[in-house]
Amino acid sequence: MNYTPSMLESMKRIEATREFRMTQDLPLLDPVQKVDLLENYHPDYIEDVFRELKVGPSKGTMTPKEFAELFEAYSVLDPEKFDLSKIDYDVDVLVVGGGGAGAAAALVAKEKGASVLLVTKLRFGDANTIMAQGGIQGADKANDSPSIHYLDVMGGGRYFNDPDLAEALVIDAPEVLAWLEKLGVMFDKEADGTMMSIHGGGTSRQRMHAARDYTGGEIMKTLRDEAQNHGIDAIEFSPVYELLTDGKKVTGAILYNMETYDFLVVRAKTVILATGGAGRLHVAGFPTTNHYGATADGLVLGYRAGAPLVFMDTIQYHPTGAAYPEQLLGQLVTEKVRGLGGQLVNTAGHRFIYELETRDVEAAAIIRECGERKKGVTTPSGYVSVWLDTPIIEAKHGAGTIRKRLPAMFRQYQRFGIDMSQIPLLVYPTQHYQNGGLKITADTETPVKNLYAAGEVAGGIHGRNRLMGNSLLGVVVFGRRAGEAAAERAASIKKPGKLTLGHLKKFHAALKAARVSKKHVAPMLLPEYRRPETIEQKLPVLP
Amino acid sequence: MADEMLTIYVMGKAYEVPRDLTIMKAMEYAGYRFLRGCGCRGAFCGACGTVYRTKDDYRLKVGLACQEVVQDEMYLSEIPFFPGNKSNYNVERLKPNAESVLKNYPEVFRCLACNTCTKACPQDIEVMEYIQAALRGDIEKAADLSFDCLMCGLCAARCPAEIVQYNVALLCRRLYSRHVAPKAKHLAKRFKEVKRRKFDKELADLKGMKKRDLAKLYDARDIEQAD
Ligand SMILES: Cc1cc2nc3c(=O)[nH]c(=O)nc-3n(C[C@H](O)[C@H](O)[C@H](O)COP(=O)(O)OP(=O)(O)OC[C@H]3O[C@@H](n4cnc5c(N)ncnc54)[C@H](O)[C@@H]3O)c2cc1C
Ligand code: SF4
Ligand code: SF4
Ligand code: FES
Repeated sequence: MNYTPSMLESMKRIEATREFRMTQDLPLLDPVQKVDLLENYHPDYIEDVFRELKVGPSKGTMTPKEFAELFEAYSVLDPEKFDLSKIDYDVDVLVVGGGGAGAAAALVAKEKGASVLLVTKLRFGDANTIMAQGGIQGADKANDSPSIHYLDVMGGGRYFNDPDLAEALVIDAPEVLAWLEKLGVMFDKEADGTMMSIHGGGTSRQRMHAARDYTGGEIMKTLRDEAQNHGIDAIEFSPVYELLTDGKKVTGAILYNMETYDFLVVRAKTVILATGGAGRLHVAGFPTTNHYGATADGLVLGYRAGAPLVFMDTIQYHPTGAAYPEQLLGQLVTEKVRGLGGQLVNTAGHRFIYELETRDVEAAAIIRECGERKKGVTTPSGYVSVWLDTPIIEAKHGAGTIRKRLPAMFRQYQRFGIDMSQIPLLVYPTQHYQNGGLKITADTETPVKNLYAAGEVAGGIHGRNRLMGNSLLGVVVFGRRAGEAAAERAASIKKPGKLTLGHLKKFHAALKAARVSKKHVAPMLLPEYRRPETIEQKLPVLP
Repeated sequence: MADEMLTIYVMGKAYEVPRDLTIMKAMEYAGYRFLRGCGCRGAFCGACGTVYRTKDDYRLKVGLACQEVVQDEMYLSEIPFFPGNKSNYNVERLKPNAESVLKNYPEVFRCLACNTCTKACPQDIEVMEYIQAALRGDIEKAADLSFDCLMCGLCAARCPAEIVQYNVALLCRRLYSRHVAPKAKHLAKRFKEVKRRKFDKELADLKGMKKRDLAKLYDARDIEQAD
């Protein structure tokens, strides 16, 4: 690789301090220090990143500008003209999104006897779930309990979490892990069957379960396989473009076949939004770890239909996004690297924060180190970053540990000629998780009747900061709960609802009244990565 | 500037792109907007399998567009979809043996041991080895060797015996995990305790606590030493 001379010098300083750092104890910050660090350096506290919503059910709340633009955007559909007379699909439960939450919901809804249709934007499984490496939490060891887990969740979320949702998360965890084990997810285990588990940032017990470092991948592939085995219909490349309501309750959705440009109408007794996150909005210009389809669609759809949002003023930046090589920019360096003993080190070779603080605190500390303290390392493309000492993992746990416990990570860097068991990595925070989302109850219903939301699209579970491993857990816990609740509700609905775009008409009127410009349309569906020059030249010749 | 650019051919058409870009980013630079052929953008989903040739080389090479860096005079095309055979089964009812593999994927018998699949795999997996292990009924080995499979389909696209390796691999991992790997007894025990409502009272108490008291408990909690 093309390390600059100053990078190489800095790398030497890391090696020189490694032995000392092996036994160095860094204390956890006290609560006052934490708040101080966050308020001064975390992007959530930078006023300029946010603006107030002027229209819709969460009017008056703050959210990053990139989100606000979408929440207050017009639909390309004209609610007066759109023809809803032909119904293309008629089902009990419509599941929107083919990630972990969607797959779990579809399986359970089907098991409860509902007819289920799953629609998704990319392929079934192209989702944030398949990318999760580090692990999934669950209090299943003798020294642990759901109550201890609960305390970690609440403390991590700065006590803003909805207690009912946090309770559901921790109390369902053992069942969810047992379900996944039974379905044949290949968890890391000791010879006697004991689950291997380690710490994650902010955990007080070692309860992070993993399937090597393809945890989400293993879970996603298993759930998708199971859904296919059960014959669950899945339509790919056909995102939901708008929900349908009878004026109040949700009654279906409009799909957009992105390949033929057709719109299709689904009538459904209940709808589950499981559309995941929003990393591709690149809040405040941050790179992201998220998959290509993470564009906040579900939030937009729910919001227009009248569902309020919670905690949309907090975004999780993963402290360790790759800063070098450029090809990996923004991609995740899993927290498990720190869980296994990897250390954050500045250019001088010194640690500057205990590595297993919560993510917001870690990210703020790195931003401070690179910014105000000027102790960062500059990459050839000009990104300032800090070291993540990975060879120290091998020094602590023995040669070969990285290859065995972090094969995906190892390969990722190996592809670009970097052997992370020998040399440290360069990292900087990256947009990772949407802490907030649609407001739900413990059985995942939104305030809009017959509309459910599960997974990353829902908010309140993690308060203002999610701990690693609690999202994958939440995805399966609430996905299952959504499947069950939506199927039960559907069974109780005898007459299918009327299909209208009444809510959209109202929403458009509200936008107009608030003088919102028609510049933005939503949902976004896909991010735009072509060069601005290319796009400007393009005329809609073949629309 | 000129030497920082190179020429690639996307499905036969030439484009000047900066060197050091991945195939995916180079295609976007050239003006493509992905619909298919782009998922995770980070080597997890297998959506971006790509075939390519390089200058003066007769061989057809394969890789992931989100990982592979462009080379000068690279001729490439993504294969975003590959129709592969997938058997429907009930993992519960299958036994972890060769019979289960062959019942669902009889074509595994046809493996010629040509090793083309292994050469194709962007994850450096010993694909032929895991197919051979599955054929022998060594489910554990097939599961272990195939663990990092992204289901990108590049092996299947090249296999003369028309085996869909990644689906065989997934079947083996599920069989191994369901029937061979020892059960987590502590997990079963905890699940039972939850069903007996052992933690309900504790949780209700915590839920009823004021933020200040909860914070006190949190700040004083003992942290398990990492081993
Ligand atoms: C790189 C990475 C690593 C992570 N590691 C961990 C970890 O170790 N532990 C942990 O707990 N969490 C981790 N997370 C977080 C966790 O993986 C996600 O929060 C979680 O998987 C989200 O699941 P989901 O089902 O809600 O959404 P997703 O899995 O993202 O699925 C959403 C689906 O909806 C589809 N969709 C989007 N819009 C529409 C639309 N309009 N219509 C139809 N379909 C649509 C998407 O294409 C996608 O298929 C990680 C996340 C990333 C990105
Ligand atoms: S390519 Fe097909 S036939 Fe050749 S070794 Fe692999 S599985 Fe066997
Ligand atoms: S085994 Fe086949 S499907 Fe799996 S990653 Fe390798 S080439 Fe792709
Ligand atoms: S886009 Fe997912 S593997 Fe390349």
